[in-house]
Amino acid sequence: MLGTQAAFVKFSEVQKTYDGETLVVKNLNLDIAQGEFLTMLGPSGSGKTTTLMMLAGFEMPTQGWILLEGRAIETTPPHKRNIGMVFQNYALFPHMTVEENLAFPLKVRKLGRAEIEIKIRRALDMVRLGTYAKRRPAQLSGGQQQRVALARALVFDPKLVLMDEPLGALDKQLREQMQLEIKHIHEDLGVTVIYVTHDQSEALTMSDRIAVFNDGVIQQLATPAELYERPQNAFVAQFIGENNQLTGKVIAMDGGVCTVDVPGLGNVQALPINVEGVDRPTTLSLRPERVKLNPVPGSYSNIVSAHVKELIYLGDHVRIRASVAQQDDFVVKLPNSEGVAQVGPGELIRLGWKTEDCRALDRL
Amino acid sequence: MSKALRITGAWSVMALVAGALPLAQPVLASDQLTITSFGGAGQMATRKGQIEPFAKKTGIKITEDEYGGEVSKIRAMVESKSVSWDLVVADATAASQMCAEGIIERIDWNKLGLDRAKFVGADQQDCGVPENLYATVLAYDKDTLPTGPTTIADLFDLRRFPGKRGLYKRPFGNIEWALIADGVPIKDVYKVLRTPAGIERAFNKLDTIKKNVVWWETGAQAPQLLADRQVVMTSAWNGRIYDAVKNSGKHFQIMWHAQELGLNVWVMPKGGQHLDTAYKFLTFAVSPAQQAEPTRYMAYGPANKEANAHVDPAILPDLPSAPDHMAGALLVDTSFWAENGDELRQRFTAWLVK
Amino acid sequence: MATMAAQITGSADRVPLRLKLQRVERRRKLKAFLLVLPLLLFILTTFVLPIGRMIFNAVHEDTLLRLMPRTMSELRGWDGKDLPDEGVYAALAADLKQSWADKTAAEIGKRMNYELPGTRSKVTSSARKVSTLSTDTYKDALIEIDPLWARHEVWSLLKRGSSAYTAYYLLRSVDLQYGPDSQIVASPPENAIFRHIFLLTLGISISVTFATLVLGFPVAYLLASLPAKYSNLLMIMVVLPFWTSVLVRTTAWVVLLQQHGLVNEALMALHILSQPAELIFNRVGTIVAMTHIQLPFTLLPIYSVMKTISPTYVRAARSLGAGPFYAFWKIYFPQTLPGMAAGCLLTFILCLGYYITPALVGGPQDQMVSYFVAHYTNEELNWGMASALGAILLTATLILYYVFNKLVGTDRMKLG
Repeated sequence: MLGTQAAFVKFSEVQKTYDGETLVVKNLNLDIAQGEFLTMLGPSGSGKTTTLMMLAGFEMPTQGWILLEGRAIETTPPHKRNIGMVFQNYALFPHMTVEENLAFPLKVRKLGRAEIEIKIRRALDMVRLGTYAKRRPAQLSGGQQQRVALARALVFDPKLVLMDEPLGALDKQLREQMQLEIKHIHEDLGVTVIYVTHDQSEALTMSDRIAVFNDGVIQQLATPAELYERPQNAFVAQFIGENNQLTGKVIAMDGGVCTVDVPGLGNVQALPINVEGVDRPTTLSLRPERVKLNPVPGSYSNIVSAHVKELIYLGDHVRIRASVAQQDDFVVKLPNSEGVAQVGPGELIRLGWKTEDCRALDRL
Repeated sequence: MSKALRITGAWSVMALVAGALPLAQPVLASDQLTITSFGGAGQMATRKGQIEPFAKKTGIKITEDEYGGEVSKIRAMVESKSVSWDLVVADATAASQMCAEGIIERIDWNKLGLDRAKFVGADQQDCGVPENLYATVLAYDKDTLPTGPTTIADLFDLRRFPGKRGLYKRPFGNIEWALIADGVPIKDVYKVLRTPAGIERAFNKLDTIKKNVVWWETGAQAPQLLADRQVVMTSAWNGRIYDAVKNSGKHFQIMWHAQELGLNVWVMPKGGQHLDTAYKFLTFAVSPAQQAEPTRYMAYGPANKEANAHVDPAILPDLPSAPDHMAGALLVDTSFWAENGDELRQRFTAWLVK
Repeated sequence: MATMAAQITGSADRVPLRLKLQRVERRRKLKAFLLVLPLLLFILTTFVLPIGRMIFNAVHEDTLLRLMPRTMSELRGWDGKDLPDEGVYAALAADLKQSWADKTAAEIGKRMNYELPGTRSKVTSSARKVSTLSTDTYKDALIEIDPLWARHEVWSLLKRGSSAYTAYYLLRSVDLQYGPDSQIVASPPENAIFRHIFLLTLGISISVTFATLVLGFPVAYLLASLPAKYSNLLMIMVVLPFWTSVLVRTTAWVVLLQQHGLVNEALMALHILSQPAELIFNRVGTIVAMTHIQLPFTLLPIYSVMKTISPTYVRAARSLGAGPFYAFWKIYFPQTLPGMAAGCLLTFILCLGYYITPALVGGPQDQMVSYFVAHYTNEELNWGMASALGAILLTATLILYYVFNKLVGTDRMKLG
């Protein structure tokens, strides 16, 4: 995707272990381009934060290289890396005012007083906190503190900013507002951002690319749309967005289509993305919004019957939980644009989907 | 049921009777004594030589207590009317003071049935029966100082005898020694001390060794300081040193020059519950034969002149009263200390902390 | 919306609502008060009352008023210039006679002896002699018995005794006393020790506090940053002294530090010293032993504050470009100040009251105020002096606490 020469940040065969037995990060290779907004997404313990900390300099890789602008930095102490960082709990210095917090990185760099003032003003204006300069962190709300932390990480003009779940402590509404704000700042400044989160919607909203981590390995590295539309394995499909999973066995492969025998359902046509071959088990992945209720017979390559278990009204859409192939958690999402479907619990319905919306992936 | 009640009732009656017994027999209560002394080897000698024989002879129960010679303790007892000590061994100076304050009984020599004139220092004591003569002496360890001090001036000679000295943390004795070491003849010591200049001179002399003094507060500490080699020489009561040599095999030596002879006397705090029994004990304890007994255990000279005849000749050279030792002896002037003790103690305390 | 609605209903019938609230509040307050009541009574009877009584003792002194009532009432008319007239002497003779009969002459002598040393025996002997005196000219007779009664300062002292309150003990505690004409003068230099003692107490307390801080801070830092399995062990070692009696610990220092103790023997065996060093019965021993005892008191508040300082602060500072030491000094250290303030204040105030440790391992020149409180209580039985010294120490402590509070602010302190 990116040429080696062009990589702004490069992880090369990086491994990390804390106890000498289990690898927290396994053979990581990752190139990040200048100006990119890259998100490391994964459940806790997947190795994403460790990767970030190795880049920041707070952890040493057990093996491998980390390059920043082509220079190896594994042994460079954190304060010489010139990387801005935003922490989960803001880490604003409680004994300093907002202004002093922002001045800290500038004073360390021995900038002149006038220059410091200009930069502080600019940074505070950027996060719209111009009038809060004299306050202490404890006198600010969570969102304001987060903006100060952001300003502080940017005030000394680093080329790279790391953010470790910076919005985790905010409530939903504020979080969504901050996501956009960060995204806009990124666009305005053109700074490279590496962002760690376990919240997939946050990742989808903000990122240029997302690296999905699990078990110390990058499962898939792609744009948000690519990840959602074309997950490469069952973990990614499950982790990003909502997903119906059916397990079965491949019985035939024919060009771009494979036939999977799902117990209790019969044969299902699917796209073979990540299957090992005929007679091997597979997981079928199917997005709930791609399932059609009571389709005209013959209009879809896969049509099955199901029992309605539950009907959930959600305003803009309606969710039907149905029993398919002895599983009770098959979800269908219907837009509320054509009137609420007239089905009730216990009713027998038919469900249909296209072959290209059903992806045959590795067995979980 | 009724049997159980009867038994309970019987026990209750017995308990009541038992509880009432001490009240019903006040005569029994007077047949006991509490005797207080300075503890250590001295009290042990008193116990073996006088207290135990008396208890054996009369069957009177005797309880012992110890104190450090503080007048204030006796004063507090008398003032709060809670006198639990019947007989106390006190220093003659303290006895004079307590007598003047009226907190100890005046001695009725007729009741004692003894001749007051036979007792050393008895003429100065209206409220005390002289028990023994002790000496405050300078002691050293022959193992560390093979050629020890020979006069009291050596105590102040830091050049010939470098190292720490132990001294009693009271002015008594120390200021007398300071003057003698400064050249005042022994017989003139108290004359000089009765002038403000004399006091000044004594403290100035003490100043010269102040930094090299380890102060002791109880009699047992002095030989201990020597044994621990914390000091090269120390003032001590001769009996304590004698005891350490005799019973602990130490090679301590007493330097008898300028020994300060003090008198221990028996006193009876006012308000004691067993005055008659106390008199009975005194008559027994200070009789010539009995007062010689403690010298078997402790080298303090009996105050009853007639008791000397009963003392084992072998022990005589260890007593302060031996003729050789008396040549350079200083008799402590109890009237000087009774008059000036408070003031000098206050000044001494202030001098110590500066 | 809900609160607004409530307010509107409230304003409609405000009075009953407020009354209702008050009733509920009163019940709640009463319940809370009942919960603290036992402790309050305990503190009142075991703390406030005795200390109040002690402070009262420092100024209350009615010995002369009580034991010499005739003299005191006669003296009210004395102008304080020349010696009093015959009437006063007659009253004195009557009081002395009475005191000899009541055996209280010594108490009078003791009281007068405080202010005029050397008068004790003169008073008691006067009382004895007066008891057999029969004359009409008491003035001459008394002066004949003892020239003491012709001394002007004696009469000034007796005149002051006609009040049940005296500033003598407090004055004496700051090296002042009454002169011959009841004017306030400096105590003679050979008795003026208390200012020195108070300064010494302050100095030793500051030294010990500083020593505990310097020794305790790094350990607290280590404790706060080590993983739990090591820090628990270290913590046990830190608080171990708490579980041993002060007396035992102090005696252990004697064994270690004495002239031929372990430390000296070891240093001499290693040929670091040729002569044993003087480590005990002086200032060194006092400060070493006190520092050892006080160390946990300083360390624990610092530790508990350090525990709450998230390591991300230092990380943030590092990421912002600060070197390890700069980040520690500018970011970590200032955040430990509340703990340091609390620990140091605790140790300092506890040090001010030290008694047993300096008495056991200090020399005569290392005794602090409490030693003299004990000295006057136990040895001299001069409770007035003991109370005055105690009251001044207590006041000084409160003032220091107040000043400290103004400077640092106790609300910013954290005891953990």
